[in-house]
Amino acid sequence: MILWRAIVLAALVATAPALLAGEIPPDARRSGYFFMGPDTRAMQDDDTSNPGMLFVLDGEALWAKKAGSADKACADCHGDARSSMKGVAARYPAYDKALARPVTLDQRINLCRANHQQAAPLPYESHDILALSAFVAHQSRGVAIAAGDDPQAKPFVEQGRNLFMQREGQLNLACTNCHDDNFEKRLAGSPITQGQPTGYPLYRLEWQTLGSLERRLRSCMTGVRARAYDYGAPELVALELYLMARARGMPMETPAVRP
Amino acid sequence: MAALINVPAKAKRGDIIEIRTLTSHIMETGFRHTMDGALVPRDIITSFTCRYNGAEIFRADLFPAVAANPYLSFFTVAKESGKLEFEWIGDNGYSSAASASITVE
Repeated sequence: MILWRAIVLAALVATAPALLAGEIPPDARRSGYFFMGPDTRAMQDDDTSNPGMLFVLDGEALWAKKAGSADKACADCHGDARSSMKGVAARYPAYDKALARPVTLDQRINLCRANHQQAAPLPYESHDILALSAFVAHQSRGVAIAAGDDPQAKPFVEQGRNLFMQREGQLNLACTNCHDDNFEKRLAGSPITQGQPTGYPLYRLEWQTLGSLERRLRSCMTGVRARAYDYGAPELVALELYLMARARGMPMETPAVRP
Repeated sequence: MAALINVPAKAKRGDIIEIRTLTSHIMETGFRHTMDGALVPRDIITSFTCRYNGAEIFRADLFPAVAANPYLSFFTVAKESGKLEFEWIGDNGYSSAASASITVE
């Protein structure tokens, strides 16, 4: 009898982590920084060795440069980004009343270009859009993430959460299977992180350039052999919004460095 | 192109100082192909030079295996106050320069 009890107890203890799996408790959340080696951390910490800062510098120049037929620069409306843009990126993706849907920071920049500068939109992942969004998001470095607080954004956070939990692709994996249930383990030698979007746009050594959260999400989708959503697709924006809401309260790191 | 230079603003005469430089460049290797099979032409920085008050103190040759946005760090002895000039030269007539000043006491 005692032996049987011991076996049942052991079985219960062994299955407990599986029963508890799911969302990460707030105090157990870790930025991708936590999963990197000391060399990559040092690279991010020193602004003169962080290649993301090159894009921030370019973004600063673009901020002051006149564009479009309105012949206005970002600075002409928003002034000094150091004060006007502080904390802004921590609230994105944000709900846009006119469009009745959330927009990402990149989309907001392009909306500004279309509505106020009468300029052509910058293509996704182009140098200029990454530089501008890195410059804007850099002003929020250290600010706690606060996206998804808007009650009107709630249904979209929920949509993003459903996408995060939904299995997809030939490997039939959901984001949650790795990033909630199996972080701190390894996949092909690389640490599995929690997928906290604290440092975007970030410099990925594998990419050898700065990239957006959408690029990161798309490569994860390709990795599970699913068809990736197009840049700017409502599903990607919803996922981005859910991830930011999931990282609520964590400090922004833009521009982060990741392996 | 944007460059980030880290030179100590002040140093004591005879001190060994570290100089760190980072510049933006795609460093296209010349070995990659596009989706339709065309070779992407090589576009790299081939040479980096640092001059301390006009005298060359450090030079490096760069090759296709160097990653994008090359980062170089090296040491020199702080001899006199003045200017450090940096120059990157590359394919297709690429040339970029930056400078920093140092006060030696």
